Amino acid sequence: MNDDGRFGLDRRTKLLGPVKLDSGAQFAPVEFAYETYGQLNADKSNAILICHALTGDQYLASTHPVTGKPGWWTRLVGEGKPVDPDRHCIICINVLGSCMGSSGPASFNPASDAPYGMEFPVITIADMVRAQAILLEHLGIEKLACVIGGSMGGMQALTWASIFPERVQSAIVIASTARHSAQNIAFHEVGRQAIMADPNWQNGAYYGSVDQPDSGLAVARMAAHITYLSEEGLTQKFGRQLQDRPDGTKGAKTFGFDADFQVESYLRYQGLSFVERFDANSYLYITRAMDYYDLAEAHGGSLAAAFKDTKTRFCLISFDTDWLYPTIESKRVVRALNAAGAAASFVELSSPFGHDSFLLDAPEMNRIVDGFLKAGGL
Amino acid sequence: MSSLRPDLSIIAETIRAGSRVLDVGCGDGALMAALRDQKGVDARGLELESANVSAAVARGLAVVQGDADTDLADYPDKGFDYAILSQTLQTTRRPDLVLDQLLRIGGQAFVSFPNFAQWKIRFAHMLGGRMPVTKQLPHRWYDTPNIHHVTIADFKSFVADRGYAIKGEWYLSGEKERGARGANLLAEHAVFLLERG
Repeated sequence: MNDDGRFGLDRRTKLLGPVKLDSGAQFAPVEFAYETYGQLNADKSNAILICHALTGDQYLASTHPVTGKPGWWTRLVGEGKPVDPDRHCIICINVLGSCMGSSGPASFNPASDAPYGMEFPVITIADMVRAQAILLEHLGIEKLACVIGGSMGGMQALTWASIFPERVQSAIVIASTARHSAQNIAFHEVGRQAIMADPNWQNGAYYGSVDQPDSGLAVARMAAHITYLSEEGLTQKFGRQLQDRPDGTKGAKTFGFDADFQVESYLRYQGLSFVERFDANSYLYITRAMDYYDLAEAHGGSLAAAFKDTKTRFCLISFDTDWLYPTIESKRVVRALNAAGAAASFVELSSPFGHDSFLLDAPEMNRIVDGFLKAGGL
Repeated sequence: MSSLRPDLSIIAETIRAGSRVLDVGCGDGALMAALRDQKGVDARGLELESANVSAAVARGLAVVQGDADTDLADYPDKGFDYAILSQTLQTTRRPDLVLDQLLRIGGQAFVSFPNFAQWKIRFAHMLGGRMPVTKQLPHRWYDTPNIHHVTIADFKSFVADRGYAIKGEWYLSGEKERGARGANLLAEHAVFLLERG
């Protein structure tokens, strides 16, 4: 497997596809950017797919080429961790619609000889999953021992189990949901409007232009970032503390509109650093995919029917301060899984850090994931 | 199964190998693990306490965090061969409805509970004039999770009223099993196996 160019860090490939999209369109060819860690064993029974969240990417456990930061889930994935390249073959794929190498609005459109921009088709979470299935076929992986994801990654894990039940032996769904709520959609709409209200957005045709919709994208990120934290976390971290001035003087109210409060300064920084690594159109497309997401919709509104006769083992984890995808949403999934007779585990963990808890130090979460994987022989 | 609590040990010995079991109020999953490892049982659990659920899931068991009073309605009819409610009946808000759910979900149901008519408890109440605090019921009146105390005699007439059949009964004093004679006065714990009549 060592000489197999399909496996390893920072892989790229273009496949014929096509991906049959929920919109009715077909998308081809499909570019994939992905990473794999560890070796596929002889009977190919140790493959674990990890799905990333809205603004995540394939740099799961290796240094990010743009930010220089370590992989986004090294707390869970790595040597000696619950998901371990010494034992597992771990795959992480940049989702369709994103901007880190897989096909997305910033990709080159062979039909127009230019980036897709708004010519890129509107996609769904299921479309992302169908695209991933095409890549996994290319890798010769028929069955996934586990699909793991937090947030939008969890939506993909649930979708994988729902549309490819024979190919998914187990699924771990963390801080996620089976549908986007009105509140979820509302926050996303704020973000999209911020981007589209930026004159530099130019109806999505800003590629190659000096003027980039950076302010719109930064505001979108700022609004979204608030939903990833808890009030308790924000209070703990910032309270009403004032930001020291750039010249080193002590923070004070300026009676103006600078970032007087530390929380303002923090959010501005989050917005500015985000635009360095993310594409505004990708943000539009992926948030749209999340808003369209409702697993029960294709089953006459019955979530249990989405998992009828499933043999997949499920593990769901929520966090008590997560108000983006609160515990009640995980419980809704668990109720459906119980009704479907599925082997399901669920626990709500306590953490002050809101939705982002799953990315932070969560020893209890690691213990649960480890026990759940080992119970499946992994 | 000797490491199990005595009431659980009785339940574990009685359950058919290879059956499907729902353990309601499964704690850290001790019974489920024993059933899985020693009898090849497909066991699922429901448990209120987060720390218990974490411990059970970390040992590879399928346990869902939830409440017997509200979350049993989600399970399909006759989805399990057995539903188990050990030392939990007296903590539920509506024991009657919980029992109905158990016998809807399971072909048979095990119910175990501390007997509130055991003589030590009677004496504490009668002579001391206070709510009893014993080894079996160590809580005080204001912090007890046991909000529906029940005696063996109460339980039997309750089961009869609801039209369920008793298919097995076991009584415990200390760690030891004892006969049915005088059980309402002498037994500290009771275990019943029930079925729809």
